[in-house]
Amino acid sequence: MNGLRGWGGRAWLLGVYAFLYVPILCLVVFSFTAGEITTQFDGFSLRWYAALAHDAELHRAVLLSLRIGALAASAAVVLGAAAAVVLVRFGAYFGSRFFAGMMTAPMVMPEVVVGLSLVLLFTHPALPLLSGRGVLAIWVAHATLCAGDVAVLVASRLREMDRALEEAALDLGCPPLKVFFVITVPVIAPALIAGWLLAFTLSMDDFVLAAMLSDPGSTTLPVLVFARLHHGLKPEINALATVIVVVVSVAVLAANRLLLSAQRRGALRLR
Amino acid sequence: MKAPATPAAARPDAASGPGSGSGRLWVGLLPWLWMLSFFVLPFALIVNVSLSTPELAVPPYVSPFAGESGAPAFHPDPSAYRRLGDELLARGAAGAERQYLAAFANSLLLASLATLCCLLIGYPFAYHIARARASARNTLLMLVMLPFWTSFLLRVYAWMGLLDSSEVGLINQLLLALGVVAEPLPLLYNGGAVLVGMVYSYLPFMVLPLYANLVKLDLRLLEAARDLGARPSIAFLRVTLPLSRRGIVAGSMLVFIPAVGEFVIPDLLGGGGVLTIGRRIWDDFGPNQDWPMAAAVAVLMVLMLIAPIMLLHRHGRAREDGP
Repeated sequence: MNGLRGWGGRAWLLGVYAFLYVPILCLVVFSFTAGEITTQFDGFSLRWYAALAHDAELHRAVLLSLRIGALAASAAVVLGAAAAVVLVRFGAYFGSRFFAGMMTAPMVMPEVVVGLSLVLLFTHPALPLLSGRGVLAIWVAHATLCAGDVAVLVASRLREMDRALEEAALDLGCPPLKVFFVITVPVIAPALIAGWLLAFTLSMDDFVLAAMLSDPGSTTLPVLVFARLHHGLKPEINALATVIVVVVSVAVLAANRLLLSAQRRGALRLR
Repeated sequence: MKAPATPAAARPDAASGPGSGSGRLWVGLLPWLWMLSFFVLPFALIVNVSLSTPELAVPPYVSPFAGESGAPAFHPDPSAYRRLGDELLARGAAGAERQYLAAFANSLLLASLATLCCLLIGYPFAYHIARARASARNTLLMLVMLPFWTSFLLRVYAWMGLLDSSEVGLINQLLLALGVVAEPLPLLYNGGAVLVGMVYSYLPFMVLPLYANLVKLDLRLLEAARDLGARPSIAFLRVTLPLSRRGIVAGSMLVFIPAVGEFVIPDLLGGGGVLTIGRRIWDDFGPNQDWPMAAAVAVLMVLMLIAPIMLLHRHGRAREDGP
């Protein structure tokens, strides 16, 4: 690669990273303003962080989002892991291609369509067991949306896995269920953890499904933020964004390091 | 789907592991039943409601299955499709606002432009990440993913501040300070703002599949091309580009499909003027309480998206089986 091309490439990388990060940087900078305008810096102050700390409505929304996120991610991991086993280990059977399509379709289907379809299900007069819109409906929607992502992650791990380990255990008389939990689960654990984190993030971040399926008692964080964006902008939202950016950056860095080292150790042990 | 060619899996039904006998059935039953109940059945309900009659009730429609005597009967009401068709084909009252036509045209145009921009920005970007030192690649990729993990709504909100059309908008402040313009530019609440928001939000979806594809490119092929006298530009056009076709298709579909149905970005950055399919469905479902119409629009959009989705599915599968 000649020097000119190298410089061009570096400039392109730098430009795109600037495009990705300058807007976020602006949010962070103006969270420290003392004024009321979200794009003018009127002296340094932490008043919007203080406002954030005393915003009870926001705290309720954050707690609800965390709860739904954790529950939906856990359900998505169970569903996705089971689906991955079906996809990778069951071979071809009647309906196997339909199953693959059904698992991955929610990942690409526009959210308004998925949201509308689930509203119709949860408000259907013939299905009173489903209790209408609310937290349960949002949980189901998020688990359904994320199961496919988890399935894809786990399936690729299962495909790489050396099956000799499982067969050895089976030959030695270990029952299949125990083989799964003692041999298979530790090997696919990084994919399960990555899948849980991805599902948790998607659930925390989802606005469209949560908004369509929410009732007055189930305002998640994105639903609240969206409502506030329509009712006048305040630097408090910048402060919220800054907190989220810091938390997510720390979490992603930590998770990345953890997964990498776990993968390395796993690879060493299996060799 | 082909089984991976490891010796263990090549054996016919090599003892099943976690899924043998009745265990197999139970493992399969859970995801099958869940997805049938919460994805396939709701989808059938959309089709059903699109063929029903709007009514002031809770929920606001009369199902075509509602029989008077309780006997099973099916009376589909195609009026939602008729209204939609009249609107799209201009058979309605002359001079009427054709909001659905505008919504479909805007959505398709914006999604196509966003896909094109993401490809033009993302391809060189992914290419140079894939050619970076192996030790740097992981960090570079993580930097692409990091904004994606932070709140989507708040990233769109950031652009509301940047593009603001008054003199306090950040870009306008910069342009005014530099003396480039004398009056603040109307940057927010138009199609251009929506396009910028889409490119910003969807760029990682384009970069990741392209990177996954380009990083596997066998550099010996490029050396061979050079040894045989091809200039770098020719080698790129004849070797690199054709070999990365799958990444291009997968990335493009991952941007195009959600962009067609996008609601949040046009709503926050588009103002009242930029109608899109996502906003039409949202309004008919919400304020207008016209659920049959919302369902009919959704059905029409999904029909339009079947071809791109099949394309994505085929290329995703091909990537797994390929080298």
